[in-house]
Amino acid sequence: MSQLRLETYFNDVTALLDQALTGSEIYTCRLNAETSDFVRLNRGKVRQPGSVTQCYLRLNLIDGRRHAEQCLSVAGDLAQDRAAIASALGLLRDTLLGLPEDPHLNFSTEVCASRLVRSPTLPSAEEIIDTVLATAEGLDLVGIYAGGPIYRGFANSLGQRNWHEVRSFDLQWSLYHRADKAVKATYGGFAWAPEVLAAKMADARERLALLTRPSRSLPPGRYRAYLTPTAMEEIASMLCWGGFSGRALETRQSCLFRLKNGDAVLDPAISFAENIAEGIAPGFQDEGFARPDSVPLVRAGQWAGSLVSPRTAREFSLAQNGANAGEAPESLDMAGGKLAAADALAALDRGLYIGNLWYLNFSDRPACRVTGMTRFASFWVEQGKIAAPVDVMRFDDSVLRLFGEQLVGLTAERELLVSSDTYGERNVSSMRLPGAVVRDMAFTL
Amino acid sequence: MTDQLAASFRQLSCDADFWSLRVTDERAEMLSVRKNVVQPPALQVDRGAMLTAYAGGGCGYAATSDLSPRSLQSALERAAGWARAASRRSLIDFQALPVPASSGTYASPDADAPGYSRRDWHALLSEESRQAGCDPRIVDWEAAVETRIALHRFLTSAGGDMTQRYRFVMPNMSVTAHADGDTQTRTLNGYRGLAQQGGEAMLERFGFVGSGRRIADEVLQLLLARNCPTGMQDVLLMPDQMVLQIHESIGHPLELDRILGDERNFAGTSFVTLDMFGTYRYGSDLLNVCFDPTRPEELASYAFDDDGTRAEKAYLIRNGILERPLGGAISQARAGLPGVANSRADSWNRPPIDRMANINLEPGDATLEDMIEGIERGVLMSTNSSWSIDDSRNKFQFGCEWGQLIDEGRLTEVVKNPNYRGISASFWRSLSRVGDAATMQVLGTPYCGKGEPSQLIRVGHASPACVFTSVDVFGGDAP
Repeated sequence: MSQLRLETYFNDVTALLDQALTGSEIYTCRLNAETSDFVRLNRGKVRQPGSVTQCYLRLNLIDGRRHAEQCLSVAGDLAQDRAAIASALGLLRDTLLGLPEDPHLNFSTEVCASRLVRSPTLPSAEEIIDTVLATAEGLDLVGIYAGGPIYRGFANSLGQRNWHEVRSFDLQWSLYHRADKAVKATYGGFAWAPEVLAAKMADARERLALLTRPSRSLPPGRYRAYLTPTAMEEIASMLCWGGFSGRALETRQSCLFRLKNGDAVLDPAISFAENIAEGIAPGFQDEGFARPDSVPLVRAGQWAGSLVSPRTAREFSLAQNGANAGEAPESLDMAGGKLAAADALAALDRGLYIGNLWYLNFSDRPACRVTGMTRFASFWVEQGKIAAPVDVMRFDDSVLRLFGEQLVGLTAERELLVSSDTYGERNVSSMRLPGAVVRDMAFTL
Repeated sequence: MTDQLAASFRQLSCDADFWSLRVTDERAEMLSVRKNVVQPPALQVDRGAMLTAYAGGGCGYAATSDLSPRSLQSALERAAGWARAASRRSLIDFQALPVPASSGTYASPDADAPGYSRRDWHALLSEESRQAGCDPRIVDWEAAVETRIALHRFLTSAGGDMTQRYRFVMPNMSVTAHADGDTQTRTLNGYRGLAQQGGEAMLERFGFVGSGRRIADEVLQLLLARNCPTGMQDVLLMPDQMVLQIHESIGHPLELDRILGDERNFAGTSFVTLDMFGTYRYGSDLLNVCFDPTRPEELASYAFDDDGTRAEKAYLIRNGILERPLGGAISQARAGLPGVANSRADSWNRPPIDRMANINLEPGDATLEDMIEGIERGVLMSTNSSWSIDDSRNKFQFGCEWGQLIDEGRLTEVVKNPNYRGISASFWRSLSRVGDAATMQVLGTPYCGKGEPSQLIRVGHASPACVFTSVDVFGGDAP
């Protein structure tokens, strides 16, 4: 599947569908495809290398207010796929016959075309892996390289065409000292630069050296803490689990319902937005609506808005704002604060430096209370200096409290954290987050 | 379709030492009625192939959704290219491994029996939805089902040929209620906690018909309940919480690839080390846990894993002593330990890794009444709602939808937000009663996540109700 061929293929599929429609039928069709190299590494060696070429079409047939969707894997070659596409269309027609009208059907009828192609040349995965392992010579490195082009397409029978194509890479690795004492690092983007990898590996080596100090086990209690942007990503991910969802808010299931309802307020430094313009997700959503550049969610500690999918908009008489069905941010942007990142340890003074968090879940969703573990390089800090690595600890606290009365400050610098999620396909979401110092965080185990 | 692919496979040429073709063809329907509105059906056809090659001591794979002979040949060459490139730096010497050459078949119960029509399903789901939306405090509810049929075939250059046919039914019922600033959700055995092989007979086993009204009544009780009290006390965990407890604090820690370090960058490592097998006391004498791919209705029963190893029942923990890890043929060779046939991939586009499959806790001899009567002060907890555990699978905290206090051997008031926390290495030693077969349920989840690249796989768990003594229990913050 070459990139040129795939865009042409998608255009050919839509031409086929245009000709196949009858009567008042309308279709929407999405394409999700990628050609990815995945190389697993363990103990500084290659564990499991491979490549995946996959192409899926999601065909939604609409007739009046009846509709159904079929997802099918395809070869990416119309000569081979013609029969399967025709069969899918036939199955959808049969399915529609037995369905009632859908009162919440909502799709874009305003044609809004777009095309974004970002395909810089990457070295071969084999070459990249050789460089990575050479840079980590002598280290217990474990991780994954994922790279190659990702394609997203949308079309409908009203004539809309959208194409989004990016060639990117993501290297996620950990350097282990012993047992669970390790440093995690990432390098992702569009242009591969060996010198950037070397700098990141050198930084990871430095932090790894800190882990050789005797570790400290802290008793449960409340501790002042600095959460790095990577640790903040885990907390933000919990807020994204229905927190900003229009449907979850309307049905009182959002962890941020109390914030929206005015029963809770966050620190004025806290602002969140869905910032599609500065992320890497497509600028169009699954029903063909163009996505606004930015949707404010929390502004200066107060509720500002939610993510509303077309279906939710119809159900609750709201205005859709480009969200997909899951109504989770795909380019979450958290405003930075006034604290220079270089001064974060000084601002912490005495407490926990939390490099990463792990396996978060709600212990009381309406209270936005979350539990989870510290992981990787987390340290005890005395007088603004790293004193010792700490053994893993469980926290259990309300995010409304941590980002409210307990917030000391956010770093001015933010990190762009590209999703490393590869369930089924490589994810195209990202977050841009600062670090945070909190006065008091509850640790329970 | 797979016969054509088998013919194509036999025409492939390659200078690798060994190669294989694993093809999966799955068809699914997702139907749902939410708040009495029939949601648009989502249909799925997913087929593709993975070619794997061993060359020069290395191993590589290439997967494609293009199943033409030319594409398969191209994928095999890519896989062999990866194997040769990896041979210089491979963690494992694949030349030293035996290659799979078995042949055989497997089929789910009722694999070919006619199932409900879409109209039948919509009628059933609509009725359950109608029954669930019975009170103005109920703000959201859904009755749904995923049905899936799957054909998996594995062919090897050593003559192996394994065909396995599956049928799955995975219904879901959930009801959410809100009042006075609090929101509670009740489900039928957890989100997608009802998942079995076979046909619609499972609906009767789990009382799906009538569940809409039943769990609506329960969620309204939760709205009126106080929070679970805090303190060290006994817990009686029902099967739909036991399966999560087994999954997180026995299943994952025993996965051999975690113990060998493959997952340290993502899913994590394990507090279990290679030297523990055969001697380590994992739990009390009452703890008996098996890898069991032979229970027909259980979600992850099969005859061969995705590396072509024949699957058989084996004890992992017997009378509390750790016996065997969850490791497939490749991990067994690396560790020098016997394992089980659990090298599995979630689809054609992901390579096999060590996964759980069916991990079951064997029944004991206590009736449910015995167990309740034996508790002076404790909490019955059912249906998992929250799960979190550290990357070594040791320090955990789990929450349930439903709690009911036990006072002097009697079930008393309902409590909401029951949570408990503990440490795997000591928790299982507090297992004091194991329910009999009448308390047992065969459950599972289609969503066990792991691996780089990541995979969501079907796992089954069967368990009786169990009692644990002196557990750290607490409730929520809600009013």
